[in-house]
Amino acid sequence: MYDTQTHGSALDQTDIKFSARNVQVYYGDTHAIKDVDVDIADKTVTAFIGPSGCGKSTFLRCLNRMNDTIDVCRITGDIRLDGEDIYDKRVDPVQLRAKVGMVFQKPNPFPKSIYDNVAYGPKIHGLARTRADLDVIVEKALRRGAIWDEVKDRLHAPGTGLSGGQQQRLCIARAIATEPEVLLMDEPCSALDPIATAQVEELIDELRTRYSLVIVTHSMQQAARVSQKTAFFHLGNLVEFGETSQIFTNPDDPRTESYITGRIG
Amino acid sequence: MTTLLFGFVLVLALASFLVARSRAGQLAGDTPASLHSRPAYHGFYSLLWVLMAGIGFLIVLTLVPNYLMTNSLLSQIGQALPDSAFIERQLILSDAKALATGRIASQTDPLRQEIAAAYAAKAAFWGWIRIALVVGAALIAAIATQATVSLDWRARNRAENIVRLILAAMATIAILTTIGIVVSLIFETYSFFSKIDWQLHKFLFGTTWSPLSGVQEGHMDADKVGAVPLFAGTLMITFIAMLVAVPVGLFAAIYLSDFAGNRTRAIVKPMLEILAGIPTVVYGFFAAITVAPFFRNTGDAIGVSIASESALVAGLVMGIMIIPFISSLSDDVINSVPQALRDGSFGLGATKAETIRQVVLPAALPGIVSAALLGFSRAVGETMIVVMAAGQGANLTANPLEAVTTVTVQIVMLITGDTEAETAAGPAFTLGFTLFCITLLMNVAAQRLVRKYRETYE
Repeated sequence: MYDTQTHGSALDQTDIKFSARNVQVYYGDTHAIKDVDVDIADKTVTAFIGPSGCGKSTFLRCLNRMNDTIDVCRITGDIRLDGEDIYDKRVDPVQLRAKVGMVFQKPNPFPKSIYDNVAYGPKIHGLARTRADLDVIVEKALRRGAIWDEVKDRLHAPGTGLSGGQQQRLCIARAIATEPEVLLMDEPCSALDPIATAQVEELIDELRTRYSLVIVTHSMQQAARVSQKTAFFHLGNLVEFGETSQIFTNPDDPRTESYITGRIG
Repeated sequence: MTTLLFGFVLVLALASFLVARSRAGQLAGDTPASLHSRPAYHGFYSLLWVLMAGIGFLIVLTLVPNYLMTNSLLSQIGQALPDSAFIERQLILSDAKALATGRIASQTDPLRQEIAAAYAAKAAFWGWIRIALVVGAALIAAIATQATVSLDWRARNRAENIVRLILAAMATIAILTTIGIVVSLIFETYSFFSKIDWQLHKFLFGTTWSPLSGVQEGHMDADKVGAVPLFAGTLMITFIAMLVAVPVGLFAAIYLSDFAGNRTRAIVKPMLEILAGIPTVVYGFFAAITVAPFFRNTGDAIGVSIASESALVAGLVMGIMIIPFISSLSDDVINSVPQALRDGSFGLGATKAETIRQVVLPAALPGIVSAALLGFSRAVGETMIVVMAAGQGANLTANPLEAVTTVTVQIVMLITGDTEAETAAGPAFTLGFTLFCITLLMNVAAQRLVRKYRETYE
């Protein structure tokens, strides 16, 4: 198992957002995640790559406790956000998810207006005291989501009427609107065409200045383009974790090399 | 004889199917792909034609001769007894038919004997014609379709076309039945209104309902056909029923779809649906014998007078009857809201309650409204519970603790009463037609409303 300590991450402890130790996930009798240790840094894009069914999405969903909604899923080990155990009994998953936003594989705007989609999170968390506050929050989120110019004239049109790429950026804006500290993205571009993908990738690069981002992707080119850190998962194991440039040019593990060069996966 | 002919057609169709299939198979030999249509389609094509020809002729040659014979024999009776009433001639004819087929007739006389002999002769003649034509048509269809079996015969396309026509015919039957019912309602309503000299306002706004009180004198009293008490009673009971059924049903559906575990759901949902399987007559006497006395006694204890037949009891029990319709349908639509939408909401830090109220329910709204509409139609059309638990007197009141009656109950009373059908049918059909219009309007209005407020998801 790869050990982050010996390979000397350049980041010191205060920059670590998530730190996971000895994480195991079981779906019923299936052992989906085995002994995963990983540190996710702030203001960095971390990419999770690996073949289908390797557990990268499952692990991602552990980070905001989305797996809680699945009955048969059981998690052991230690995952800390800013040093606090997120699986502690005192932690409310609802509050955790407000801090750790999530963007899904398929764009899933609510069947509401564009405005209401973005205002949804701020409203339920009481972030805006007046309608004017809410307007400001919505505009800011849509601007950061790089979709403001396209939708500013039709904020009250349904969000489901946008194109796929616009919908995904709307979902990103929706996640940003609650002011999360970490943004998890589960294959955010797999349902998008190359142009929309480029727009979303550009957006990810901008968001890095404010948030810690974790992105699961099937596209190795995408991981190489957008991420600074890369983790390679295989059959539930974290095989290798390190600087993206190193993983893609000079991997330590033969399995990583095989996957990157297209021999497995 | 009919059964035998029917059996012959079936056996011939099956045989023709097998022969055509095996012949097509042999034609193809070792290269099945050289056949345009699979062998089974050749068989199926043949089977369809034999069935259509045989059964078609069977139906036509059973109905048409019967009609012709009845007409000619009735006119023969009319010539023998010019002064007889139509109903008397029919009686003689049915006696004659009984004599001819060896059953027991009400009386025998020379005329009946004569008609019986004539009937027997005609029946024998048409019987032979029928056998010859049905057997002939089925055989011709079988032989003709056997002759078509060849490598490039498009049996599949033709068989599919025939099936499509059969399906269209079935759909047409359903539509024509609906149109027929509506037209007959309109017709009877028209004749009822003409009997009260087109004083529509007396029906729509009158408050006294006793339509048969003037029948002895041979006319309909326009002052006593006011349907307001009936519609008021119907609406009051329906309103009470919906007040019970919609919240209980909807909350049960939300619990089942989003809170209950799989095992709970697997037990609770079928149990709720059992409620829908209880005959309404059982609900009716449950309401009359158990619920009504309980309410009356409770009312006595706290000093409120509750009639032993009341709108409240009928409405409550009816509401319980409707719960499974609303809960089961709503549960289905709530479940069909994509998990992705729920995940999206949870991912933003929404609680379960926020997710259900702000994301799931708006997306499921159209389905929930149609579930409620279905319940509404059931409540409006329900009769048994109301007959037993709400009373039969047309009593105009806004107090749900008193006895009221509904449109459906009055229709039952009219049709099952001892007044002759022709007189009673007028008010009954008119009530039915008005009820139909109200339900239709409700449906249209609700659909408009839903279209305005619904949130569609892909």
